[in-house]
Amino acid sequence: MTAETVAQRGAVAAVRTARPVVPSRALLHAFLILTCSVWLFPLLWAVYTSLRPYSDTAERGYVSLPGVLNFDNYLNAWDQAELPHYYLNTLVIVVPAIVLTLVLASFVAFVVSRFSFRFNLALLMLFTAGNLLPQQVIITPLYRLYLALPLPEWLSDTGLFFDSYVGIITIHVAFQMGFCTFVLSNYMKTIPRELTEAALVDGASVWRTYWNVILPLCRPPLAALATLEFTWIYNDFFWALVLMQTGAKRPITSALSNLAGLYFTDNNLIAAGAILVALPTLLVYLLLQRQFVRGLTLGSTKG
Amino acid sequence: MTDRTPTGLSSALPEPVSGRAGPAAAAALPARRGRLSLLTRQDKIVLAVMLGIPTFIHLCFVWLPTLGSIVLSFTNWNGIGGLSAIKLIGVKNYQDIFTIYPPFWPALLHNLIWLGFFLFIATPLGMFFAVLLDRDMRGTRIYQSILFLPVMLSLAIVGFIWELIYAPDQGLINNLLGRTQPDTLIDWLGNPSLNLWAILVAASWRHVGYIMILYLAGLKAFDPTLREAAAIDGANARQTFFKVVFPVLKPINIVVLVVTVIESLRAFDIVYVTNKGTNGLELLSVLVTNNIIGEASRIGFGSALAVILLVISLGFIITYLVRTFRAEEET
Repeated sequence: MTAETVAQRGAVAAVRTARPVVPSRALLHAFLILTCSVWLFPLLWAVYTSLRPYSDTAERGYVSLPGVLNFDNYLNAWDQAELPHYYLNTLVIVVPAIVLTLVLASFVAFVVSRFSFRFNLALLMLFTAGNLLPQQVIITPLYRLYLALPLPEWLSDTGLFFDSYVGIITIHVAFQMGFCTFVLSNYMKTIPRELTEAALVDGASVWRTYWNVILPLCRPPLAALATLEFTWIYNDFFWALVLMQTGAKRPITSALSNLAGLYFTDNNLIAAGAILVALPTLLVYLLLQRQFVRGLTLGSTKG
Repeated sequence: MTDRTPTGLSSALPEPVSGRAGPAAAAALPARRGRLSLLTRQDKIVLAVMLGIPTFIHLCFVWLPTLGSIVLSFTNWNGIGGLSAIKLIGVKNYQDIFTIYPPFWPALLHNLIWLGFFLFIATPLGMFFAVLLDRDMRGTRIYQSILFLPVMLSLAIVGFIWELIYAPDQGLINNLLGRTQPDTLIDWLGNPSLNLWAILVAASWRHVGYIMILYLAGLKAFDPTLREAAAIDGANARQTFFKVVFPVLKPINIVVLVVTVIESLRAFDIVYVTNKGTNGLELLSVLVTNNIIGEASRIGFGSALAVILLVISLGFIITYLVRTFRAEEET
């Protein structure tokens, strides 16, 4: 009896000593809620502005309660700037670029992680370093190279790498391959060697070992990298700005700047246009955020 | 628990690697010979193709242009006439850049301010949020998601979104301050002594979330028993972080440092959509670009600017490589 009450008292005391944590927790939550509100605000402000017709903001001012809320700005931005056309341009670049990047990166990662060639480390360092270069370091010679490299007419209406979709896809693949190779090779190294050795001893070809043994095991990092690369390539502004001269052929992120100057006469339209352009990445954020984060951190947490 | 997946993976990494280190190191040579001899002629061709094509593309479109930048920076090529028109002029481009090219020093200064702002404000803030959110707490995933949201956006879009806040007469801040008349308004993006800071706040909005996510992954890989040991030894939260957690997280600290530096040097989109990188927003990346798509196409000169950018970034890239691959060489 007494022992119990002592134990109970002990428990109560323990709870009491744990109590002082609570106010600091509350403080922490208050701080985080405030911070998150600040963080969300610019985007919410853009959404709010985009839903108000220009006449409404002209009459009441931008900082005011709305008289009317509708989607007119979105419809205008969509039509006037021919956004569907630019979404399509992006799609033509993003899909082949992701597929090629992942295929080629998995090739290198496979060889480097499964066979002990002496140049493996040097090769991996080369790919990783290439991905870290600022784009502007290579752009000047690349621009001249693109003006000099021919392509058959059916691949490029200019007959050159310059101003062609093949050219933009190529530089994305060449540049992004570094990061993907690095991540994939780290992942493949965690797959036991015995697995592929057994396959080879059993007479499976190198190709079958890659295609039927290793690649199916790499679905998680491939999914994560595909999500990440989609966002990065979709968000590319620089390559297409410099290497795609014809405005009408540019992908949507690069085109936005011109479109804004031409069609988006007020902030309400700019807001609607910016949100429409951001929409695919926001969808990725809502649906595939975990994949995205995984892709990002797979490359960084390997000590 | 569920959001530990990335680290579950990364912390699982060392085991199989070290697991095979022993026998593999002991029998490295014979094992390799044995394995290669298993390969048929066709296998060897497949291997060569699998390695050759990606390496060729990467070398051609990334490293060849890098070398090109270095070589061309010592020439006066203006892009007219074939390769035969290229003349070596020594370090004249560099001399000109340092002495008679007015935008260079401002651009370099802006890049350094950018780097400083990221390094001392945005990156520590991201790390701070990561430390706050790295605990079992109600809503931590929601907080993380919200802070992470801007990372999904391209810096060009970030520029447009913040224009709604900074615009002179239609922007939020001036409307809140009641300074929308031509004689009273604050031109946040047009005033060359203000606009860089305004842009840095916008760019940090994205950078903080990026760093937070990277650092969270690093923190999750941190061995919790070390923290418990520190707590038993009577260390408070701050001491535990600075004396125990931070030093152990050296690898992720280096990643964060390199990411911060590279992002600062790459900065381009947001100033370009704001005012094409002029009037207070000059950056090295903009100067390089202007020398190609601007009115004057000075290939040699633009390359010299690119090489300056390369030299600044190279130190950090090498640090990163050494740090990342040293562990591998040891196994």
